[in-house]
Amino acid sequence: MFWGSRKTIDMNYFPDEVLEHVFDFITSHKDRNSVSLVCKSWYKIEKYSRQRVFLGNCYSISPERLIARFPGLKSLILKGKPHFADFNLVPDDWGGFLYPWIKAMAKSRIGLEELRLKRMVVSDESLELLSESFPNFKSLVLVSCEGFTTDGLAAIAANCRFLRELDLQENEVEDHRGYWLSCFPGSCTSLVSLNFACLKGEINLASLERLVARSPNLKSLRLNRAVPFDTLQRLLIRAPQLVDLGTGSYIHDPSSEAYNKLKAAIQNCNSIRSLSGFLEVAPCCMPAIYPICENLTFLNLSYAAGLQSNELTRLIHHCRKLQRLWILDCIGDKGLGVVASTCKELQELRVFPSDPFDAGNAAVTEEGLVLVSEGCPKLNSLLYFCQQMTNAALITVAKNCTNFIRFRLCILDPIKPDPVTNQPLDEGFGAIVRSCKGLKRLSLSGLLTDQVFYYIGMYAKKLEMLSIAFAGNSDKGMLYVLNGCKKLRKLEIRDCPFGDTALLEDMGKYETMRSLWMSTCEVTLGACKVLAKKMPSLNVEIINESEQTEFNLDDRQKVDKMYLYRTLVGHRKDAPEFVWLL
Amino acid sequence: MSPPLLGVEEGQSNVSSPAVDCIPETGLGMKEWNYLGVSDFSSVDSSDVMSLSEDNKSNLNLKATELRLGLPGSQSPERVTELRLLSSGKVDEKTLFPLLPSKDGICLSSQKSVVTGNKRGFSDTMDGFSEVKSTMYTEKNWMFHGAGSDSQSPQPPSHGKYSVAQASVKKDGPANAIQDRPCATNGTNLNRTGISNNSSNAPAAKAQVVGWPPVRSFRTKTLATSSKNNDEVDGKPGPTALFVKVCMAGAPYLRKVDLRVYSTYQELSSALEKMFSCFTLGQCGAHGTPGKEILSESKLKDLLHGSEYVITYEDKDGDWMLVGDVPWEMFIETCKRLKIMKSTDAIGLAPRAMEKSKKDCCT
Repeated sequence: MFWGSRKTIDMNYFPDEVLEHVFDFITSHKDRNSVSLVCKSWYKIEKYSRQRVFLGNCYSISPERLIARFPGLKSLILKGKPHFADFNLVPDDWGGFLYPWIKAMAKSRIGLEELRLKRMVVSDESLELLSESFPNFKSLVLVSCEGFTTDGLAAIAANCRFLRELDLQENEVEDHRGYWLSCFPGSCTSLVSLNFACLKGEINLASLERLVARSPNLKSLRLNRAVPFDTLQRLLIRAPQLVDLGTGSYIHDPSSEAYNKLKAAIQNCNSIRSLSGFLEVAPCCMPAIYPICENLTFLNLSYAAGLQSNELTRLIHHCRKLQRLWILDCIGDKGLGVVASTCKELQELRVFPSDPFDAGNAAVTEEGLVLVSEGCPKLNSLLYFCQQMTNAALITVAKNCTNFIRFRLCILDPIKPDPVTNQPLDEGFGAIVRSCKGLKRLSLSGLLTDQVFYYIGMYAKKLEMLSIAFAGNSDKGMLYVLNGCKKLRKLEIRDCPFGDTALLEDMGKYETMRSLWMSTCEVTLGACKVLAKKMPSLNVEIINESEQTEFNLDDRQKVDKMYLYRTLVGHRKDAPEFVWLL
Repeated sequence: MSPPLLGVEEGQSNVSSPAVDCIPETGLGMKEWNYLGVSDFSSVDSSDVMSLSEDNKSNLNLKATELRLGLPGSQSPERVTELRLLSSGKVDEKTLFPLLPSKDGICLSSQKSVVTGNKRGFSDTMDGFSEVKSTMYTEKNWMFHGAGSDSQSPQPPSHGKYSVAQASVKKDGPANAIQDRPCATNGTNLNRTGISNNSSNAPAAKAQVVGWPPVRSFRTKTLATSSKNNDEVDGKPGPTALFVKVCMAGAPYLRKVDLRVYSTYQELSSALEKMFSCFTLGQCGAHGTPGKEILSESKLKDLLHGSEYVITYEDKDGDWMLVGDVPWEMFIETCKRLKIMKSTDAIGLAPRAMEKSKKDCCT
């Protein structure tokens, strides 16, 4: 470009290796996808040099086709079930099985090194096959998965000689107690990250200590509830280099020798930037960790039900550098005020309900959120479960924090209006989308009419994911969103009066999206059939949980759950009986 | 700000009134409506409904303790026919969104019994309506006001009101059948929901909508267990009841007991004795001691020989143990359910109980 009026250099004169080297610097999936579209030779070079692939929906392509497309695959991210499966809206056995992927990759001798899964069904068999098929396998991250036991973990531990990362986040694991950890061979010294906090069962503590002792590169260690206080103390002595710590059981007598030893050990751990755990906690032991608080950037106390508001605020007073905070709502509005005045670097806040089913007692309201927005101008990501919200508060928040990328608000009473004005919350959310031009993810709650969707369609131009529940009045609402949000990728709707008109108005739109979920809406079976017929590039799936078979149903009847997604490979072969593929 | 949505106004003029007017308060209480404006009671005799709801009240009545697929208090065998899957003749397809001037008497029922299976409309989480809420909704024409409900269930007022348009009452499947496979799916779903809602065996009174609030079930389960443990650590009494199922060999139905109500094994055994009055529990009285002493083999054998039945429990690890081995506090923390079995069947337990207690003592 700075060569003035010369013709631009034709990159095709470069040998492939040079192009490949250039492409190495292009890391984002989107950019690499674009690169492969430029011309045939770029396609080819990109294809063989591509190592990392992200599949947001495991049914959008088959394992075989993926492998054919990217034979150099080393790192794969797969997501399975729809997001609402997290909340029990998707029956078991719906799908999202890992095994076919492992089988196909093993067969084609893919040199898999990293696998990251979310909401997939992972069997022990697949873990065993994984551990045996990929000699360079380094990293396994499972988030919100299920279907495996600690036997599968034992296979990973035993066979993956170069394992660096075993990270289990919030999985449902059948725990056969303890021995899997002993399966890490004595020669395994490569661990960098070990997170087994979600396991419920006992752990062989001696094995754990030996494992930590022989892992000099260990940076991240998250223990489960079964690891007691004194083991924690011994582990910290062996691993002062830790950057991320998740405690196990954190209960002891503060006047004891073990407690003093822990205090001393922690003070040596001046690299810890991230702290979590505390599923079992004695508040009197918290002062031991105050010394590391001043360096923390991530604090996750969202499982620490044993800490009350005053203890939480006392702790937070020390955390001036915090960037991400996950906490329970027992911190209260006042506690959030302390967060606001202390954590000036805060970017992400998640406030979870300590008692989700007792809306009357949720301890935070709109006041806490307003305080945080006033004190933490860098806030860009929010998940907030609260008792109530007002338009005024949302408008204030929108004014204070214009950088929101993720804004997820959950009022525990899902159609609650503004308690002060008794209005719907349309204006409040409207202010958010108008003010936060970079908003990518939005979850709505409270009493909402079609008007809020009008605003979303008009202003949320970068929105990629929208979650709607119990909102809107008519098809217009959904249409505003489908027409206005050009970047929309995932739309999930439950219990809204959106029906066939909205569904069928712009069928091509769904090809630009990853998926659409609609449950307990006004959509009829007939409309779903029409959509499926007209759009062969979409899979339209109906989840039917009653006894009636497909043949008994009238097209005019409403479907309870519909999930559609774009795909290159048509109907999936592993759907259970209760999922109808139209 | 933009002017209010035109669509709202249009909707108001286009939508016709519901075919069936709501029944104002009668002795029956209020009727349940979904947002299509069709009464769910179209196929159910209202008197049936009343009796169902009465059944819900008592925690230990037979219906509530029946093994069934569903949240405690749900009515799986008597499900009202799934509205959606009815032949269309019964469904009034005219939409009824809350764009009508509110008519009196279009109200929401708080009767839990109407909602079946794993899906509940908001209406069944409603309790008292405040008057403020009533009036505001009539102004706005958004919602229907309900008169204060006669609160029939003991749950705390929680979720407030819901627009009929936005709430929907779910009913599953044909009535009178406990379906097998799809229901198994439901059941799993339900059980998971049930677990996530009630993993600390909280009283059945808290009714929920499936999947709301949107909290990962893993988190709900974990928090429920944690808070139970933490409360004990702090010495505070657990806030919620701790219901466990009790089955007896040969009995046709299960019962449930709230372990928090008792503080010793003796109390538990007398209560169980009253409940299942055909066995004796001589051994429990001898045993409520703090569990530092190691159980001797001979002692156990003595106990077992002393009576016809023994109480056993399943602990967190899935093992079946004899009741009475561990301190009471530890017992209620680990006990998942109780079984009363013939002492002859329980002999096999003794060695395991021994081993387990030996193992525990050694770690």
